[in-house]
Amino acid sequence: MNNLIVLPLIIPIITAVLLVFLRESIMLQRIISLLTMIAVSSITLILLNIVQAEGIIRLDFSGWLPPFGILFVADSFALLLVFTASIVTTICLIYAFSTIGNRHEKMFFYPFVLFLIAGVNGSFLTGDIFNLFVCFEVMLLASYVLVALGGEIGQLRESLKYVLINVVASWMFLVALAYLYGTLKTLNMAHIAERVAEVGQDPLLTTVAILLLLVFSLKAGLLLFFWLPGSYSVPPAAIQALFAALLTKVGIYALIRTFTLMFPLDQGITHTIIGIMAGATIIAGCMGALSGRDVYTIATYNVIIGVGFILIGLAVGTESALTGAVYYLMHDMVAKALLFLLIGMMIYLTGETVVKNMSGLIRNYPLFGWIYFIMMLALAGIPPLSGFVGKILIGQGAIEERAYVLLAIGFASSIIVLYSLLRVFLASFFGETTISFEDRKPIPKGAYVSFCLLAISIIYIGVGAETLSVYVKDAVHTLVNPSIYIDAILKEGA
Amino acid sequence: MESLMIILVGILVSVGTYLILSRQMIRIILGTAILSHAVHLLILTVGGLKKGGVPLLSQSDGPYTDALPQALILTAIVISFATTAFLLVLAYRTYKTNGSADFHELRGMSDE
Repeated sequence: MNNLIVLPLIIPIITAVLLVFLRESIMLQRIISLLTMIAVSSITLILLNIVQAEGIIRLDFSGWLPPFGILFVADSFALLLVFTASIVTTICLIYAFSTIGNRHEKMFFYPFVLFLIAGVNGSFLTGDIFNLFVCFEVMLLASYVLVALGGEIGQLRESLKYVLINVVASWMFLVALAYLYGTLKTLNMAHIAERVAEVGQDPLLTTVAILLLLVFSLKAGLLLFFWLPGSYSVPPAAIQALFAALLTKVGIYALIRTFTLMFPLDQGITHTIIGIMAGATIIAGCMGALSGRDVYTIATYNVIIGVGFILIGLAVGTESALTGAVYYLMHDMVAKALLFLLIGMMIYLTGETVVKNMSGLIRNYPLFGWIYFIMMLALAGIPPLSGFVGKILIGQGAIEERAYVLLAIGFASSIIVLYSLLRVFLASFFGETTISFEDRKPIPKGAYVSFCLLAISIIYIGVGAETLSVYVKDAVHTLVNPSIYIDAILKEGA
Repeated sequence: MESLMIILVGILVSVGTYLILSRQMIRIILGTAILSHAVHLLILTVGGLKKGGVPLLSQSDGPYTDALPQALILTAIVISFATTAFLLVLAYRTYKTNGSADFHELRGMSDE
C-alpha cells in the first residue's frame, strides 16, 4: 500500500507527458487532465484515511533505507495540503475549460498545470530536503512557463523578474543545503531533526535555519513579497488562481516543516524573527490593499495578508495556534482561488480593472454577486464560513503565549481585508449598471460550476470543521511532537 | 585545498553578485549562471574534497570518498542548466516585445 504515496506526484507527471502528444485534440486533453486531478484527489483521500488508521507511512525509493535514500513521507499535515491543492486545481481546471482560450490550450496549458501540481504535491510529500529543492524547481519551472504563456508585453516583463527572483532564491536554498550537509552530513529531514536535537542548535545551525527562513520567505511572500503583486497580476485568471492558491502555500508549508521539525530549538531567535516578519507582512499587505485602485492590486495584497496571518500561527507555535494555521492554510487555498477566479470574471465581464469603473454587476449576475459576498465574509473570518475556525484558533494561541501585538495586528487585518473587499463589492456590484441586461456577456457555465464548487468548499470547511478536525488534530499532534515523525522514519519496524 | 576552493567560491560569488546588480538583462543572467557554479563548488567543498578511494565495493576497500555531493551537484547542474536556458529564451522574447534589455526601462507602471 505504501506505493500509493508516490501517486500524487507520478500520475500528473505521466499524464502531462502524455498530453504533450495530444496537442491538437483539446477535448481529449481537457477530459484527461480533469480525470487525472480527480484521481489524485481521491487517492489522497484514501491515503488520509490510511494514515489516520495506521500512523505516518513512508516510501523508501528503491529500497534504500533512511537516512540513506530519498523517501516520501505521508503524514496528515502533508496529505491535507495535497488534498486541498488537488481539489483546488481540479476546480481551476473546470474554470479554465471555458475561459482560458484556444491559444493557451494548444500551447500546452494542461501539461504545465499538471507539472505544477506534481511539483506542489512532491514538495508536500517529500521527506528529504534536497528532494524538496528538486520538487520546488519542478513546480517553479512549470510556473515560469505558465506566467509567461501568452507573451503579452506586461506578462513578459513581469515574468522575467519573477524568474530571476526565484532563481536567486533557489541559489540561496542550495547554499543553505551545502552548509547543512557540511555541518550535519545528512539531508533526510527526520535525520536532520535528530542530529540537531543531539548536538543542540548551535549558532552555525541557527544561521543555516535563518538562511532557510530567508529562502522560504521569498517563496511564500513573507515580508519579501516585492515580486508578488506584479507577477500575480499578469497571467489569465485560472493561472492566477492556481498561483495564489498553491505557490505561496508551498513556501508556508516548508517554513512550518522546517521550524517545527528540524530547527525548533532556538525559538528565541528564529520564531521571534518569524513573528516580526509576519507582523510586518500584514501591515505592509494592509497598506497595499487599502491603497489599491484596481482589483488586481487589492487581491494580490490580500494574498500577502493571508501569508502573514498563517505565519502568526507558526511564530506563536502553541498547539492551538498551529491547529489554526492548518485550518487557515486550507481555507486560504480555497478562498484565494475563488477570489482570483471571481476577479478574473469581473474583468472579463466589464473589460475594466479599476474598481470605480465597474458598477451594478449584481443586477445582471445575482448569483455571481452573492458568491463574491460569501467569499468576502469567509476571508474576513465571519462564522460559520471557513476563515472563522482558523482565525479564532490562531487568536487563542496568541493569547496563550501573550503575543498581544501579533494578535492585535492579525485581527485588525481582518477588518482591513473586509474593508478592501467590501469596497470592491459596493463599487462594482451595487450601484447603477453600466451594461444593460440585453448587452450583458453571459458567464460561461463552467465558470459558474467552479464558483459554486469553491463556495461549497468554503462553507464545508467552516460548517464541517468538525469532520475535518480528526485529520487536523492528527496533523498538529505530529507537528507539536516531532518525535512521532522522526520515529516513524528512523525507527525500524515502526 | 579546501581553503583554496573556498576562496575560489568567494571570488565567483562576488563576480556573480556584481553582475546581478547591473541593469542589463544579459549580465544578470550570466550572473545567475556564475552564482550557480559557485554554489556547486561550495557543495563539493563543504562535503569534503577527495579523502578516500572510489566508492565502489569492488574497486577499493575503504575509506571511501563521499559520493553524495557529486550526486547533488549533478542534479543542481541539470536544474540550473534548464533554468538558464529558459531564462535566455524569455529574456530574448522580452527584449523583442518590450524593445529594451535594460531593467530600468522595464519597471512597468501601474497606471499604464
